[in-house]
Amino acid sequence: MTTKEALYNYSLRMGDNALILGHRLSEWCSKAPIIEEDLALTNVALDMIGRAQAFLKYSAILKNEGQTEDDLAYCRSEKEYHNHLITEQPNGDFAHTIARQLYISIFEYHFFSHLEQSADVEFAAIAAKAVKEVKYHREHAIDWTIRLGDGTAESHKRMQAAINDLWMWTGELFEMDEVDTILLKDGISVDLAPIRDLWKKELDKVLLEAMLVFPEAEYMQSGSRKGIHTENMGHILSEMQYLQRAYPDAKW
Amino acid sequence: MVTLNQQTEQVYNWISDIPDPEIPVITIKDLGMLRNVKFENGNYVVTITPTYTACPAMKMIEDQIIEVLGTHNIHNVKVDLTYTPAWTSDWLSTEAKVKLKKYGIAPPSHSSCTKLFSAEERTVCPRCNSNHTSLISRFGSTACKALYKCDDCKEVFDLFKCH
Ligand SMILES: [Zn+2]
Repeated sequence: MTTKEALYNYSLRMGDNALILGHRLSEWCSKAPIIEEDLALTNVALDMIGRAQAFLKYSAILKNEGQTEDDLAYCRSEKEYHNHLITEQPNGDFAHTIARQLYISIFEYHFFSHLEQSADVEFAAIAAKAVKEVKYHREHAIDWTIRLGDGTAESHKRMQAAINDLWMWTGELFEMDEVDTILLKDGISVDLAPIRDLWKKELDKVLLEAMLVFPEAEYMQSGSRKGIHTENMGHILSEMQYLQRAYPDAKW
Repeated sequence: MVTLNQQTEQVYNWISDIPDPEIPVITIKDLGMLRNVKFENGNYVVTITPTYTACPAMKMIEDQIIEVLGTHNIHNVKVDLTYTPAWTSDWLSTEAKVKLKKYGIAPPSHSSCTKLFSAEERTVCPRCNSNHTSLISRFGSTACKALYKCDDCKEVFDLFKCH
């Protein structure tokens, strides 16, 4: 694999993570428990779509085959997506959405804080924007985790269940393959081993304050680096790509 | 003779009054979104930067720049989007902050953005100037705002987030 191919794949992954999580979060529109949360979750979704657009646009430029960010978002098939499997997990109840946000936003905060130092100027620029936005996502997720975990018996039970249910998707956040290692040599990608330590440390602190038990299960599910998804992905794409498939090149 | 610098400055001045589509009392220049105008390869290249990556107003601002310059018979215009340096609310002019407050939006109160919504941060109600205010939600009606309420006059108001 050449550095250029690795760059393309790395950018695509980050674009896909943001695109699929953004799509999932947008499903809360008009359905959140209170209006402030409706606004909050859709605002986070909007940040994700913006970030997806930035990374996919850069991917399209790197590929240099005349594609646009929209082509990449709407015209690929399931196996060509490389989003972390956690991003495609269903919203579940509010606690599950918050647990997913907690795992991802703490990871993204540390990840983008490091990517801001990337030798690739475009990655560094998008990361600098992303980290400012992720700060808000992270505070939002931490606040709710503590509020629900240290809340009523029912909210505590649900929050703990959500933390446990989503745990097996978190290992993948720190997986590194050829793409990561090629770029690491040139100071472009982020070394995920120290990010894992930062993530665990912060998560441990939050869960403790929220009166929640840190999950112990060791089994971790992965697949996204190879384009292998859970059954959820097909459903997401069928909805997300419907318009583009039914009316190719439709204009706003 | 009109120099190239004077021309780009004139272009800059013509577009600097374009209002932000979501907060029409402040302009794209007030906000710090208008970064630069230069003349390159026969085109006026206008560089703008989004407040938030997904700022939905970018396309509209681009269209307005082209439209405004069109009325001055300038059609060789290119609008470039840049992410660097990343936009910060520190770029809001003092004048813009006054305009925001008058419009009912609390301007960002401090310039360092390390502590978001910390207890020591005082958000002043733009209506009655009370600092007995509390945060309702970090996320408001647009990406750049948070929702607060005033414990004295009881009004709900937006805070332009420190970013
Ligand atoms: Zn007041």
